[in-house]
Amino acid sequence: MSETVLRLNDVTMQFGGVVAVNNLTMEVRRGEIVALIGPNGAGKTTAFNCVTGVYEPTNGEVWFGNTLIASNHPSGKMKKLYAGENAGKYEKVVKITPDRITKMGIARTFQNIRLFKTQTVFENVLIATHLRKTSNLFSATFRVNAREERRMREEALRLLDVVGLLSVRDEKATSLPYGKQRRLEIARALATGPSLLLLDEPAAGMNPQETDDLGRFIRRIKDEFRLTVFMIEHHMNLVMDISDRIYVIDFGKLIADGTPAEVQGNPEVIQAYLGVDEE
Amino acid sequence: MQKNFAPSAKKRPDRATWISAGIIFFIYVVVFALEQFIPPTTMLFTVLKKGATYALVAVSMNLLNGFTGLFSLGQAGFMLIGAYVYAIFSIPGEVRARVYQYFTPAINFTLPVIPAMILAGLVAALFAFLIGLPVLRLKSDYLAIATLGFAEIVRAIFQWKKLGPVTNGSNMLKDYPTFNDFNIVNAEGKVVLYLSTLLPFVIAGVCIGIIMLLINSTYGRSFKAIRDDEVAAEAMGVNLARHKQLAFAISSFFAGVGGAMLAMFTNTVQAKGFTSAMTYEILLIVVLGGIGSVSGSCISAFLFVACSEWWLRFLDQKQVIGTFEVPLLRNGFRLVVFSVIIMVVVLFYRQGMMGMRELPDLFRKKRGKEAAK
Repeated sequence: MSETVLRLNDVTMQFGGVVAVNNLTMEVRRGEIVALIGPNGAGKTTAFNCVTGVYEPTNGEVWFGNTLIASNHPSGKMKKLYAGENAGKYEKVVKITPDRITKMGIARTFQNIRLFKTQTVFENVLIATHLRKTSNLFSATFRVNAREERRMREEALRLLDVVGLLSVRDEKATSLPYGKQRRLEIARALATGPSLLLLDEPAAGMNPQETDDLGRFIRRIKDEFRLTVFMIEHHMNLVMDISDRIYVIDFGKLIADGTPAEVQGNPEVIQAYLGVDEE
Repeated sequence: MQKNFAPSAKKRPDRATWISAGIIFFIYVVVFALEQFIPPTTMLFTVLKKGATYALVAVSMNLLNGFTGLFSLGQAGFMLIGAYVYAIFSIPGEVRARVYQYFTPAINFTLPVIPAMILAGLVAALFAFLIGLPVLRLKSDYLAIATLGFAEIVRAIFQWKKLGPVTNGSNMLKDYPTFNDFNIVNAEGKVVLYLSTLLPFVIAGVCIGIIMLLINSTYGRSFKAIRDDEVAAEAMGVNLARHKQLAFAISSFFAGVGGAMLAMFTNTVQAKGFTSAMTYEILLIVVLGGIGSVSGSCISAFLFVACSEWWLRFLDQKQVIGTFEVPLLRNGFRLVVFSVIIMVVVLFYRQGMMGMRELPDLFRKKRGKEAAK
């Protein structure tokens, strides 16, 4: 069994009285494509945000390889309000900002595309190479480090080539069609040099043909960049087709996990997706 | 002025860039030539000197408001700091006692002009760094209010009597080197070479050039990323707190240098002149020129100064055409006209003159047209 890249231990995220993610424990191993699925509002994106540092989980911990990137226990007002489990288990408080987590090697895309609107396709990717710079403010401003600037540009162009957007590099990012914007988001995420790629509904709004292409594309970049992929997706065909393992959550709680075949046959999953027969 | 997009990994200036560089060089030559042949008391030179100063300050404000997306209104405060630091450190020793007539001056050495200007910028940047620590956590309007408050506080503190040995209290600072001291004079005291207008152009040009280089560097790109989408920028590894702090300090540095230039232009410095109205003037310039366009800020700075000091002066006086007395025209009417202009711009031309384009973009074919083909 290969090593664990990402591990969530009892992660609970509670907003006021609402428990968005409830006691989620899961892991992603190196080289896998793991999918997180569940009905709308099940807490999938919230779980992502706990991993990338956008949210601080109310309780539980997140490990990236051997680094603890988030750990918390209910405190302050939450002490009384807390409705989850394992409240006393995680003593440590670790909070790392999203930019540092990205630097460690976790890159992400967004559910509702968040490109840099006023910038071109090329610049969108170029910005994401900023975090690997070695030049400081002065050497960057006065072009002392021109070689690095050149390397960044080459890297951005190469990535655009990989995702097939080289021909539209000077277009405004927002003028691209939807599917290409999604690809651009992936290219931008790759430019940060990640080892773990989080994709938040990469196929949203795509037709079956585009979805098929996307599946092949995700596999290809996974191999080419030696990535581990963790994704949220609603298109069941895509999920069943490319994932090695699937986690299913409903109302923030993990209800099933396993290979696509196992999950498909799980009665609880069917119930969560289709609803229960009242009789 | 680099372009914003590159067709290959290596950036190579194209024809439009050369044309723009040529235009800018031509402007400098014209300014230099005009100064030699036209009497120096003409209104034109007042406008050019003040315009160059305002251009720099407007660009520094644009760096923050237009390129980093931080809506700050503290510019007058940083200019005040810059102006004071420049004046305090560059008053020659022999006149110092006369300037500080009610106090014993605490600072008793004199720096040459350029180091004093750099020091002015550095002190302004230091203040920006310190107040940025708490203030930059605020978003949009709240940040504007906090920085505006800072500028008012600075203005009050600099007039405080207890600080008199340093700031001369509420009295003015004067007799430091001004633009006019850079005219080259012969033995009889006659000016042989006028440089007093070229000098502010050179200082502003160098500073704006540095800002342009910064905007087109990897740091500038992350500033723009913060402006476009903070969440995405942070997810792409841009350290928000650090980059906002940097943008704020750099903007204030150049506002400080701009303040020093304003001190050189006005010949005297007094804290009460740096009101919030000054910040609004600069904001007006930035909005008129286009938020996110350096060349727009420069052009509109000169237009604004020319209008307010020269072309629209007639609005403040009674005008009689034949026997008909034009109604409404009286002292202060000019400002009413400016208010109307800004309302019209905000309502109908939100992009300002240049939008987010730069000078070279005007000589390039519209990219949209190419894409349509």
